[in-house]
Amino acid sequence: MHELSIAQALVEQVARIAGEQHAEYATRIRIRVGPLSGVEAELLASAFPIAAAGSLAEHARLEILKAPIRVRCQTCGAESEAAANRLLCGACGDWHTQVISGDELILESVELEMKEVKESV
Amino acid sequence: MCDTCGCNLTPGNRKFAYKPVEPGATTVSVLQNLLKKNDDQASHNRAHFDARGILAVNLMSSPGSGKTALLEATIRALKNEFGLAVIEGDLETENDAERIRAQGVPAHQIVTGTACHLDAHLVHDALHHMNLDGIDILFIENVGNLVCPASFDLGQHANVTLLSVTEGDDKPAKYPVMFRAADVVLITKTDLLPYLDDFDPARSEMHVRHLANSAPVMQLSARKDAGMETWFNWLRQQLAAQRARVNSGTTRRPAIQADGARLHTSNI
Repeated sequence: MHELSIAQALVEQVARIAGEQHAEYATRIRIRVGPLSGVEAELLASAFPIAAAGSLAEHARLEILKAPIRVRCQTCGAESEAAANRLLCGACGDWHTQVISGDELILESVELEMKEVKESV
Repeated sequence: MCDTCGCNLTPGNRKFAYKPVEPGATTVSVLQNLLKKNDDQASHNRAHFDARGILAVNLMSSPGSGKTALLEATIRALKNEFGLAVIEGDLETENDAERIRAQGVPAHQIVTGTACHLDAHLVHDALHHMNLDGIDILFIENVGNLVCPASFDLGQHANVTLLSVTEGDDKPAKYPVMFRAADVVLITKTDLLPYLDDFDPARSEMHVRHLANSAPVMQLSARKDAGMETWFNWLRQQLAAQRARVNSGTTRRPAIQADGARLHTSNI
């Protein structure tokens, strides 16, 4: 259950960004998680409210985009989808591939509610 | 890269993405690895190792696959050739560190409590308790677990993943994230192979290849001293490669930091 550690890191990162932007709180957090990141999206979603309690992200909606696994073949150059434990080229079947998507664990964007700025007259 | 998801952001143009600061709602593009804080600490640890010319090796496996027995046998064979030290990670007890100290090399035990993995901060704290003078190779024995440790960079240069023959030869297919991160896979306890007719080392290797991993797969028995020389030679090569990197001012991250994530984030 390392998803709680990840959720805590996420909340810390969001709080730091909200602080930098002088925001009141975060309303929406968008992350991208691939199956090869080793993080289970559902577990992360259930760990998030625990990690976010009492923080600027407490009422934020967490949106998790699941990235598909895609590989690029280093032998024939084709790009194809693959399963987590069969990262083979869909065109020629070779295992000399590079994962180009599916192992991400990325904070993409944060939607913030800004503090009212009092304009000087 | 496309213009819709923001993956065209670079360190050079990122400041523009941060720009809108107005009352009301605003969206900030971030595109950072969620584990950035851990990764920054891991890079710091790695720089510390590189400055001292130390090779750091992370050992991962399920509990009971023979990590500590492998280290004991390795220390017995190599302690006169290299300066060795060990960081042990366990949920409880000093037992493993005591086993290592009994072999005559320094060991520090990290007791994680309930945490299922080591992270870069735990390793950094451990380094403050260790005298690394004269150390050539630092082994970090991770918590026995084939899931969580695979996601955390500790600052090591190479990952060693153990698979004992009592576990089932399809473990790499069941735990792809862990075995994809391996720089070498050690099939351990091979002296038991004659009693286990359902474990085929060739099948294990095939499953590792299906993860697009070209890491060497070695078979050994630490207790019966079989196949150990291949493993020792791998360590010697890794140390030589580390010294060459230190001389040329470069370093090496293990496969844990995913290629795809690096393609999509801007904090590189």
